[in-house]
Amino acid sequence: MALREVSGIELADALNGALPGAVQVFDEEVVWVQPSRVNAVAEYLRDDPSHDFQFLNSISAVDYVEYFDLVYHLTSLRQLSKAVFKARVYGRDDLNVPSVYGVWRGADFQEREIWDLMGIRFTGHPNMKRIMLWEGFEGHPLRKDFL
Amino acid sequence: MVTLTDRLDYTSSMINNQAYCLAVEELLGVEPPPRAKYLRTQTAELQRIASHLIAVGFFVQELGAFGTPLMYSFRSRERILDLFEMLCGARVTVSYMRPGGVFADAPRDFWPALDRFLEDFEGELAEIEQLLLENEILMVRTRGVSPIPAEVAINCSVSGPVLRASGINWDWRKQEPYDAYDQVEFDVPIGSNGDNYDRFCERMQEVHQSLRIVRQCIAQIEPGPVRLDLPLVLRPEAGREAYGRVEASKGELAFYLVSDGGISPYRCKIRSPSLINLTIIEHLLVGWKLADMIVSLGSIDINMGEVDR
Repeated sequence: MALREVSGIELADALNGALPGAVQVFDEEVVWVQPSRVNAVAEYLRDDPSHDFQFLNSISAVDYVEYFDLVYHLTSLRQLSKAVFKARVYGRDDLNVPSVYGVWRGADFQEREIWDLMGIRFTGHPNMKRIMLWEGFEGHPLRKDFL
Repeated sequence: MVTLTDRLDYTSSMINNQAYCLAVEELLGVEPPPRAKYLRTQTAELQRIASHLIAVGFFVQELGAFGTPLMYSFRSRERILDLFEMLCGARVTVSYMRPGGVFADAPRDFWPALDRFLEDFEGELAEIEQLLLENEILMVRTRGVSPIPAEVAINCSVSGPVLRASGINWDWRKQEPYDAYDQVEFDVPIGSNGDNYDRFCERMQEVHQSLRIVRQCIAQIEPGPVRLDLPLVLRPEAGREAYGRVEASKGELAFYLVSDGGISPYRCKIRSPSLINLTIIEHLLVGWKLADMIVSLGSIDINMGEVDR
């Protein structure tokens, strides 16, 4: 009785209906949303009864040099389903993405870790400080161009 | 890479190996042979028992019961480590599992030793439970202290025994069975209040369920190969990604791997239960006594090796 995987197409359809313009691209597996609307998408996916993703499994950042992908893994404990959505952030400096701290408290340490190691800031996070390295450390060591 | 996963949560290295191997297998699209699946399930459950024994032992130690209960737990854990030594030559940093199976089949002496352990452990566990479960001091100090309501636990992404102690029936071994978990029967114990006492009892009950799984594995396992014939250097297809997830002793442990077609992962993100379970700490501590602080921290059972990875 594995969990049902909500496909990228299904998710994109729902998001296009509820939040026009939030979806950038999608394929069969994942949907990429506008980075500036990550928190709106998150709130919709948590509160909409047909999705009901109350559980945030993890947030990961992947550095592809020209851009970063933020990957959100979600689970619905009641609908027994899971989904993934991504947000693509271009550039290297002064990157800002709205925080999902207000939607899922579990994002707290994970967003701080991404800021610390990958250098993407989350606006609206109440305590956006480094979590593993000390304040005053220069650079973000998990980036591909570090050193 | 497998050897690195041992160092994450060094009290449950078998389960870390398993999570990483499942992620790599998902990337490659392969499945290990049945005997390997049973060996993995069985060793992972033995490891869960060892890890829960440490959690319970230190939890009680932090309440002021110096030495005795901890040594009771360590006595049994030592036997499990001896079994691991028979399997792979190492006790803590085991590196026993490999993508596509396990490192080697169990030696002939292993099975009688495992039987002897299971026989003795019954009594040892009863002794620990008799000493602790209804211990008056333990109950007075922990019942009703720092409860976590179910909604708060979910919102904070808490997983594992901490989540189940808050009354939520959620176990990845049941929800998304991996390896041989779909072949064995076990229950998911849940708590009611999510207080420190519930978290303690949750772990004690899970030990019983793990024992059940180990016994079923022994009964069901059949001879056969234990490892797929994969090349020594693996090159998963570029652009593929995998999210290998297990129910570790502390919660949901997952490896998010992205491949670029090379011999090492382009990105390997570890979703570690210890770090994310710590999110709840503010809720656990604010408004409660200073004297209960360390006990509450002990009740979520974190491992620093996994927190900072």
